Amino acid sequence: MALLSVRDLRVQFATPDGIVDAVSGVSFDLKEGETLAIVGESGSGKSVTNLAYMGLLPKTRTTITGSVVLKTEDGEVDLIGMSVEDLRKIRGKDVAMIFQDPMSALHPYYSIGDQLIEAHQAHNEVAKEVSRDRAIELLALVGVANPDERLKAYPHQFSGGMRQRVMIAMALMNNPKVLIADEPTTALDVTVQAQILKLLRDIQAKFKMAVILITHDLGVVAGAADRVNVMYGGRLVESASVNDLYENPLMPYTVGLLDSIPRMDQGHGKRLRAIPGQPPSLIQLGSGCAFAARCSRKSELPNGKCETSPELKAVSAGHLVRCHLYDSKESVK
Amino acid sequence: MNQPLLEVTNLEKFFPVAGSGIFSRERGTNKAVNGISFTLNEGETLGLVGESGCGKSTAGRTILKLYDPTSGSIKFEGEEISGYSHSKMKPLRTKMQMIFQDPQSSLNPRQSVGAIIGASFEVHNIKPEEGVKRAVQELLERVGLNAEHYDRYPHEFSGGQRQRIGIARAIALKPKFIVCDEPVSALDVSIQAQVVNLLTDIRDDFGMSYLFIAHDLSVVQHISDRVGVMYLGKIMEIAPTDSIYSTPHHPYTKALLSAVPIPDPKLERKREQIVLTGELPSPMNPPTGCVFSTRCWKAQAKCFEVEPILQKVGKAEVACHFPE
Repeated sequence: MALLSVRDLRVQFATPDGIVDAVSGVSFDLKEGETLAIVGESGSGKSVTNLAYMGLLPKTRTTITGSVVLKTEDGEVDLIGMSVEDLRKIRGKDVAMIFQDPMSALHPYYSIGDQLIEAHQAHNEVAKEVSRDRAIELLALVGVANPDERLKAYPHQFSGGMRQRVMIAMALMNNPKVLIADEPTTALDVTVQAQILKLLRDIQAKFKMAVILITHDLGVVAGAADRVNVMYGGRLVESASVNDLYENPLMPYTVGLLDSIPRMDQGHGKRLRAIPGQPPSLIQLGSGCAFAARCSRKSELPNGKCETSPELKAVSAGHLVRCHLYDSKESVK
Repeated sequence: MNQPLLEVTNLEKFFPVAGSGIFSRERGTNKAVNGISFTLNEGETLGLVGESGCGKSTAGRTILKLYDPTSGSIKFEGEEISGYSHSKMKPLRTKMQMIFQDPQSSLNPRQSVGAIIGASFEVHNIKPEEGVKRAVQELLERVGLNAEHYDRYPHEFSGGQRQRIGIARAIALKPKFIVCDEPVSALDVSIQAQVVNLLTDIRDDFGMSYLFIAHDLSVVQHISDRVGVMYLGKIMEIAPTDSIYSTPHHPYTKALLSAVPIPDPKLERKREQIVLTGELPSPMNPPTGCVFSTRCWKAQAKCFEVEPILQKVGKAEVACHFPE
């Protein structure tokens, strides 16, 4: 049984322009200790998927259906439809989250000591000193020098990379089983990104957490992930082990995405193979394949085929793809 | 040899930093660009890379005289422009243009696309033969949009399309030189590739030169003929693209390149990474000697005392006492 099991998750937003289908039926499992990358471009639903079951989407004008079952010490719980109070007991304890922009995720008026201690006190009935010691221990672990002194500092007194380290320390305060990292290094410079990715690898090995890494950067994914889910237009379009996905991408979107990144190891001046067209509007997306309008292999299929939605099916062990090109392949369980 | 299109010598741009309180005096100076020199030939693209705060954007803006340089010389087509006033710069602006990172904030939301691009002709009182409207429509088609987009407003376009509008505006007067300041950083990868290809095509069609400023080293490698690496307001290394990426000579260049992840799991996991320790020093108070000395693993006593100057090493020019 998986640690976290997402089934048929759907998220709709009611907007003045119409219903936005941000996530349309996403299912996946997260195993203990693994790093699952969720890759996609803006609007693909990669962030909303995770915000939905963490209860971090606005309550009004939002419809969330499906189930997200998490294994906790008290048995299995479904995070969808859980009361705010119950969810609060899980958030920050069993499942913790770090965000892209640590400046807006940390409170500017409170010292980081106050914020770290609060994160611990919220889930543990212990003396403040205990929480304080824990905060110092974790700040040291994530590489903040003089943690004792730095507890009194405010977020603006840290650099971007250091703030991200503080965020990671805060996420680790209660030994979470799942860490959701939403674009954790996107706002950072490459040299700092390398430091933070190394830190995440080290603490994952130490704490034996499962990590969901949400990113658009296929370079980061190559170095960090065990498995990759590719999302497009609010749907999961391909899922495979990291080696399998880069060596043998199946869905034309994944192929196009891998082709369109400039690679430093392949010399200069070669023309990039861009994917033509624009990502789809999520308003009235319809039931067909969301990528059809930009797909270069559409003509290989019978006319009108791509207006019906392909199923996500396994074409080899652990390699799932949602594309009509693979309809005739034997489904592998 | 022909004279270079652009020649920058010892360019400096310092910003005063105010103390706290309204009446306090200056507390210091932020040495954003601290003495850089380079040349750019016609039809050439020079990439300028570095981490945030290294002064690469300030350098680009100062060269276009959007900021007044503190000192140093900027020669455009042999003409010394560093002391030029706003009005004296105006005729030159038809030849030098800029493309910005954020097409959302660099396009006026209250103006139609036609008005935004057409303004270039109006400001300089240039009357295209075919009329402004037709000229703008041709530009729109050239950058991959439609002539019908003429009457639309920026908010009706996606990020990638808005960047195309910004490009159309920049190339409207057929400039010789464009400063591209992080032109694709705000775009998704699939769209980024489209815009990089477009920038390459129009450069080759019009024979333009780019100063291509970006933090993404793979994109810069792709589009540039030469690359300059900046750190704390100074150029650490400048070299032809193929040479700098295959054999970096400056320790900082080496560290920077080693930090860029490669989108291939097998290569990515076995390659050697140099993880820099420490933080970027403040540009208000840069280290003495070599500015990189505080984070360099090769630093010796000399590095903390004597500032290295750019010297020829192989095909590159490197500012380091102990180049690789």
